[in-house]
Amino acid sequence: MALVEVSGLHVTAQGDGGAPTDIVRDIGFSIERSEVLALIGESGSGKTTIALTLLGYARRGCRIAGGSVRIGGEEVTAMSPVELSQLRGRRVAYVAQSAAAAFNPSLRLMDQVTEGVRMRGLMPRAAAEAKARDIFRALALPDPDSIGARYPHQVSGGQLQRLMAAMALMTDPELVIFDEPTTALDVTTQVEVLRAFREAVRERHTTAVYVSHDLAVVAQIADRIIVLRDGAMREVGPTGQILAAPADSYTKSLLAAAAPRPQQSPPQPETAEAPLLEVNGLIAGYGRIDRQGRLPMPVLRDISLEIRAGSALGIIGESGSGKSTLARVIAGLLPAAAGTMKLDGVALAPTLEARGLEELRRIQIVFQAADTALNPAHSVEHILSRPLAFYHRLSRGEQRRRVRRLLDLVKLPMALLDRLPSELSGGQKQRVNLARALAAEPALILCDEVTSSLDTVVGAAILELLAELRRELGLALMFISHDLATVRAVCDEVMILYAGQMMERGPGGVVMQAPQHPYADLLASSIPELRPGWLDGIDATRLAEARGEPARPSQSDRCAFVARCPVRAGSCETEPPPLRRFAKGSDVHCHRTEQELLAQQSSRTSAVIVPLRRA
Amino acid sequence: MLMLGMIARRVLGGLLTLLIVSVIVFVGTNILPGDATEAILGQSVSPEAVAGLRKALGLDLPAHERYLRWLAGLLSGDPGVSLINRLPVAQLIGPRLANSLLLTALTAAVAVPLALLIGITTAIWRGSLYDRVANVTAVSLVAVPEFLLATVGVMLFAVQLHWVSALAKPSIGSFTEALQNFTLPVLTLCFAVTAQMARMTRAALLGVLDSSYIEMARLKGVRPARLVLRHALRNAAGPIVNAVALNLSSLLGGVIIVEVIFSYPGLAKLAVDAVETRDMPLVQACAMIFCATFMLLVLVADICSILSNPRLRAR
Repeated sequence: MALVEVSGLHVTAQGDGGAPTDIVRDIGFSIERSEVLALIGESGSGKTTIALTLLGYARRGCRIAGGSVRIGGEEVTAMSPVELSQLRGRRVAYVAQSAAAAFNPSLRLMDQVTEGVRMRGLMPRAAAEAKARDIFRALALPDPDSIGARYPHQVSGGQLQRLMAAMALMTDPELVIFDEPTTALDVTTQVEVLRAFREAVRERHTTAVYVSHDLAVVAQIADRIIVLRDGAMREVGPTGQILAAPADSYTKSLLAAAAPRPQQSPPQPETAEAPLLEVNGLIAGYGRIDRQGRLPMPVLRDISLEIRAGSALGIIGESGSGKSTLARVIAGLLPAAAGTMKLDGVALAPTLEARGLEELRRIQIVFQAADTALNPAHSVEHILSRPLAFYHRLSRGEQRRRVRRLLDLVKLPMALLDRLPSELSGGQKQRVNLARALAAEPALILCDEVTSSLDTVVGAAILELLAELRRELGLALMFISHDLATVRAVCDEVMILYAGQMMERGPGGVVMQAPQHPYADLLASSIPELRPGWLDGIDATRLAEARGEPARPSQSDRCAFVARCPVRAGSCETEPPPLRRFAKGSDVHCHRTEQELLAQQSSRTSAVIVPLRRA
Repeated sequence: MLMLGMIARRVLGGLLTLLIVSVIVFVGTNILPGDATEAILGQSVSPEAVAGLRKALGLDLPAHERYLRWLAGLLSGDPGVSLINRLPVAQLIGPRLANSLLLTALTAAVAVPLALLIGITTAIWRGSLYDRVANVTAVSLVAVPEFLLATVGVMLFAVQLHWVSALAKPSIGSFTEALQNFTLPVLTLCFAVTAQMARMTRAALLGVLDSSYIEMARLKGVRPARLVLRHALRNAAGPIVNAVALNLSSLLGGVIIVEVIFSYPGLAKLAVDAVETRDMPLVQACAMIFCATFMLLVLVADICSILSNPRLRAR
């Protein structure tokens, strides 16, 4: 008999006084023992809601309105609060999306991990802690013997996520629910966490539900996939079949959005004219500059870049690499401590106050969170009229005409003019955000993670729009993202940042190709590929690199990546790395020569299964 | 280390504030029209007599010199001599301060546990009938000023029903005597502060109960009592302690009204009388005590919230 049997499941949300609306409906599936089932879908698809019903839980304002959820033959929807508290955390365990938020900040980690078994009197404290340490070891956590004594804020995000899995495994549950457990992690951290989870699940023959929006991640861990959309099931099937031969049209569109996109823009012809934006030796950060001319907290160190009119530069880096700071410095929001910036060959003042209206107009910034960047009390028309009046001093009638043109440009219907931002979808908000920047008729738009908070399909549409705007308006872009595929789809040139230093900079077509900077190599190999078995193909050296703690920006001049670098030498620890021009066209900050890197990287790629690309 | 530094900064800030307050109190009391010579000698008296008395009282010195003398006196525990009855201010204040502290302590002993209980239970049963009734009652009580509560209380329980005395003596000889004396003043003070504290406690706890880690604890099968006591309360402790401290310090204002209405011989009554008689040393000393108490409560609250935050405690 299957461990989990769900049929006719129906969850409703009770709005303020309104009629209940369906969140999910007609859900039915079963999970065999030791099987891993993935629930995949975009935000609002109901995947988490369904996963939570397996714990007999519905979020505030929601209610399990009908259907049956059976675990081991017992009906969960009919359980009393006491029975539910015996089910939850003991027979069915939950691993939450953001471990940083799901751990109680004021309790020690060990107390939280062992709470489930201790409060039920299943184990004395000493035995519980010994078991916890064993699980820590199995999940490859550093310092398994002492990490439990720390508080949540004292360990990294990747470690917290593994600690949360340890907490779930403490009671040897029959079913573990992983709710987007690696979504909040950096890509190099994700690989290792994913690997640890997969090992733990396999070793213990755990039955698991894996909730995710990321098909490539799911492909590594799930036996079977359920594709959800708007609270209904679109397709169910074994992982291999869903990936190779999807039957449903929505599944196909998901796969298309997740697959690597071709380069959309042709390489820029080399021209002699001065670049639109030229940045040299930029140093920026926080705190007051000391007597030696150093910043106490440098976020960016010695960054130089050029953006030609109409071209697009991609900035890639993990959280804390300083990529958003770079945009803020160029926009004048955070004055640089040292270095020069030139716009069309003319020096650009470091602060907003010192810049002229024309300079302000020509550089616009689009922030990641359209939610917070748009004034919630202003209508779309008001939001778009502001820059028109400010930069172009247009008359009312002229403004109205331009606003409509702008909406047309970002492909939004006129009906949205009177709406407030709260009445728009995430994708619509980001389009308004973009239109607001376009209203200034800028020469350069700084796009800071503009698609990161959007679903894959919606994000892909925004990227297409950006490419189109570049073609039509001759806009230059600085496109910041942590997602390599996104950057490569949009940009002619790519710059890779790590802990505030530039690691490599080169044409979009050649970065991420050997020979490359060792960090670029790690980054490229950490991105999950859309094929089962990718995770198994990653060798131990690469996992060890990924395991390293991401470096924080420091004052030292040496290479920031040195602690995680597999090819570091003595000089790396002491000397700042030289800038080398590689034959492929990239500039690389590394002590190693092109030949050394090529030898090391090509030997490894041949040892690993050659990545398959979907057609 | 970081935490000790933060606490030291708070203490230093408190002391600095007190110093500024002392200047304000001194200047403020000197701006009041008339001085003690008028109160002592009456209005129709020869200028020579006034000048003589002013010299004797040290009122003829320049203001900054008088301030420094007064400040030095305060720091050495001697806030001067009452201008009216020539008794040391310390001696006048001593027993009155004890009386006021007794009244405040009794009020706090009733109000704080009651407020926490109401705040926590309404947060747990959010949206229930109990929660709504408690909320409406609390808002109504906050809106009613203390003097009205006190007057109505006296009319009802002392004048009409003769259950308690209309005047309050600072004596707790026996339990019944204590009830007689303190029931009305303590209840009056309790009403307003309990309602405020309960509401603020509820809000602080609700913020925590909505967080991801509480949902996570629920999904671990943690039962409601343990959920609140072990997981939620310690994270709401900072704001709750602050709410308690703020309300206890606002109690000081209530004490003035209640002491006057019930003729209770406390510090506040003394201060009000001193203002009437222009007895500046006494007014100044009382004002400094009120301010210092306020500062102390806020400081304690600050330190509590620093201590309850593991990010500051352990680094």
